Formats: sequence, C-alpha cells, structure tokens
Amino acid sequence: MSDRPPVKRHHGIVRLTHWLTAILLAGMIASGLQIYGAFPHFGPRGAPYPVPNPWAGDAFPEWARLGGWLAGGLNWHFGLAWPFVITGLVYFVFLALSGEWRSLLFRPRDVRPAIDMQLYYLRLRREHPPQGKHNALQKAAYTGILVLGTVSVLSGFAIYKPVQLSWLTAAFGGYELARYWHFVTVWIFVGFTLLHVALVLLVDRASLRAMITGWYRGRFPSHD
Amino acid sequence: MTDRGGVSRRDFLRLGLAAGPASLVAACGWDGGPVLEPGLRAFGRVNDWVGEKIFLSKTRLAPAYPVSARTPERLFPAYSITWNRKRVYPEAPPDWTLEVGGLVRSPTQLTLEMLGGLPRVSYTVKHHCVEGWTAIGTWTGVPVSVVAELVRPLPEARYLRFDSFDGGYSNGWDLASAMHPQTILAYAFNDRPLTRQRGAPLRLYSPIKLGYKLTKYVTSMSFTRERHGGYWEDQGYPWLAGV
Repeated sequence: MSDRPPVKRHHGIVRLTHWLTAILLAGMIASGLQIYGAFPHFGPRGAPYPVPNPWAGDAFPEWARLGGWLAGGLNWHFGLAWPFVITGLVYFVFLALSGEWRSLLFRPRDVRPAIDMQLYYLRLRREHPPQGKHNALQKAAYTGILVLGTVSVLSGFAIYKPVQLSWLTAAFGGYELARYWHFVTVWIFVGFTLLHVALVLLVDRASLRAMITGWYRGRFPSHD
Repeated sequence: MTDRGGVSRRDFLRLGLAAGPASLVAACGWDGGPVLEPGLRAFGRVNDWVGEKIFLSKTRLAPAYPVSARTPERLFPAYSITWNRKRVYPEAPPDWTLEVGGLVRSPTQLTLEMLGGLPRVSYTVKHHCVEGWTAIGTWTGVPVSVVAELVRPLPEARYLRFDSFDGGYSNGWDLASAMHPQTILAYAFNDRPLTRQRGAPLRLYSPIKLGYKLTKYVTSMSFTRERHGGYWEDQGYPWLAGV
C-alpha cells in the first residue's frame, strides 16, 4: 500500500460541504426532535393517523434534543435550515459543473454492475467488478442520500408554509403526512450515517483521511 | 512514512477542528446560551422578512374544507393565559367595545352589533398550531381590511397591534397578512357565537398564521409605526408565524 502514490480524491468544495452538512444535519435533527416533542403524534387533532411511529407520545431524551423548549428548537431549526440548504445547493452546483456527477450518480447502466457488486459481497462472485471512483452500490447509496436530502428539505418547506406552498404540501399527501415524511427522513439519515461511518472505519479508513485532506492513499485507488 | 490505512494524529486534529463547532453547540446548552440564543432570534428577523416578502401572497386563499370535515369541538384545543393561571376563561367586561385607533384618521369604537352589521366572511379552514397539530373549524367575522377602511390608516402606519383582556396577551402583525381577505375579527365559531373558551366576544382569526398569532378576547386594534412583538413572540417564538 505504502508504495502507491497518493491520489487526489476529493475537491475542497466536496470536503467542505461534506463536513458542513454533517454538523448542520446533526443540529437540524436535534432541534427537530425538540420540536417533535410538542405534539408527538401524526395526523389531525383527535384522529392520529395509523402510521408506524415507535415514538408516538414520547419526548426524546434530553441529550438528543437541541433548543430546550419549543421556541428554542424552532429558532435553531430555522437558523440552521438556510445554511443547510445553501450547503446542499453549493454541492449540487459543484457536481453539475465539475462533471463529478458522472462518477457519483446512479444511472440505469449501473444496475447490472450493482448486481455484480452485490454478488461479490455475497461471495457468489470471485473477482471484484471493475469500477470507477465509486462502485455501483456506492453510487446507489450516495445518489439515494442526495435524494433523501432533497426530500427532507422539500417536506420541511411543505410543513413550514402549508398555505403559501399548498401545492408542495399536497404533493406529500397534506400537512400531517408531510410532517410524517419529514420525520421519516431523520431515521433514514441516521441509518445511513451509522452504516457510512461503520464502513469507513471497518473497510477503508484511508477514505476518512481523504475526506479531510483530499488525498487518498489506501487500498481502493480510483479507477478513473 | 508508512500508511496502514489508519488515521494519523494530524488527521485527528483536523477532525477535531470540524467537530469543534458541534461540541460547542452541545456545550452551549439548551437554547444556544447567552451568546447564540439572541443571534438565533435575530436571524428569525431574516425569516420573518422572507416569509412576508417572498412566501406570502396577498391573494392566495387557504384551502376551504366541507363542514363535514370539522374537528369535533371537544377535540379542538383552546387555551388562554388566564386559563393557564387560574383555570377559568376570561370574562368580557359588560361595557366591552373594540377600540380601533393608533395611526388612523378617524379612530372609533365598535360594539358587537356594529361589527355584525359590517360585511361578513365565513370559512371552514385548517388551524395550524406551532406545536404541530391541526384542527378544522368554521369561523365567521368581519375582515380586518373592512375595519381598516372605516378608520383610514395614515401612510406611516406599518404594523398592527392587537390587545386583549386575557392577562396581557397581545400580538403584533404585518399589514400584508392583516389585510389578507381571510384575516377576520371573528365573532362566531362553528355557526354559533364565540364561547368564552374560544375568545368571546371577539377574536382575531386567519388561516394564514399559526394559532398563537390569533389574539383572543380582543379589546383593541391599533395601527403603529413600530413593530410590536407579542406575548409569545417576546419570549422567543417566531414573529411572523405565517403558514
């Protein structure tokens, strides 16, 4: 490994927006859990929807909340929301202009390689399928998280302005369901992050360093 | 230097720099502490501006629901400051009138009968509480814009202020939201005169604001140059609260 020359893996904008998003998302989730506690149900008053919610009627533990009370949670949430959205937009613009989207976005042509990759992981295939900067399963995960981020922002606007943006709120099935989908995105974010961090630490620690310095000198060099 | 795929000390330092702000947030405690909390509130003014100038439409109406969609009244929450303190809803003084004044050409006082004689609006709409619940009800009353025409605000009037006889409860409003066709001084809920728990004899209602902006037990409506906060707004709740 040490004889491989380091390769430039991540542009400064990618590293900056990655870590900013990590911090801002943590704050958005913690303040969101504070807000949730004011009415820990989904659906209209007196007739909650039968949506799956293991936290129905419960407040989240104090360590998981930010804001202290409803107004504090709201102010954190609305204060971090714009930096979160702007950080995401900066990243999207970078993806589009740099051409980086080609090596990151999952497209129909990635379906077959994704199956091969899964077979390899299941040890039903011997050799590692050829890949670019990311393998097809990584592309699926990273594309999925971009879609998730977009859905979390749009459902957030749907419950922020359900009258002024009533078309958007209607697209999520109305205010009560938009609030539910907004909540569901939290748990997908949490699940993704746990898996993402676990894979980095267990499989490819050099990629953590690459996301900090930009340079990668590990086992899985770019095939680009 | 060998690299076994691990993380160097320098990398930990860099990671620590990134994690710094996150731990600062945790260490600052519940609402941001004495430094960040006022900053977050000040940023709320930006959101108020965006909410009023970009999101708010002067003509877009909140969706109307059929009467059959009404929330059962016993499930439609009601609160008042007096109730929170003494477990009774405030009672209107016998000589109650609505005072309309401030920066206007012809200030006036209106009785409930006079208000009943003005053009009326009635709608069945969804109520959005800041807590996250919703409920549907029918509200009937006089558009605030109709009352404004009676008193003819002066050009320097930029905000409205509503006061009540409910333990000092009050709200400041932007004019654009107040002049919206669905913003009314309501005297009836679900086709019957307001009860004491709903804000009798008169309350502010609008489906384009969160519930805490809708002053109950209204005593006066005055046009102002300065932006008045409000009972919850002064404690940190967002001022515009437009939905």
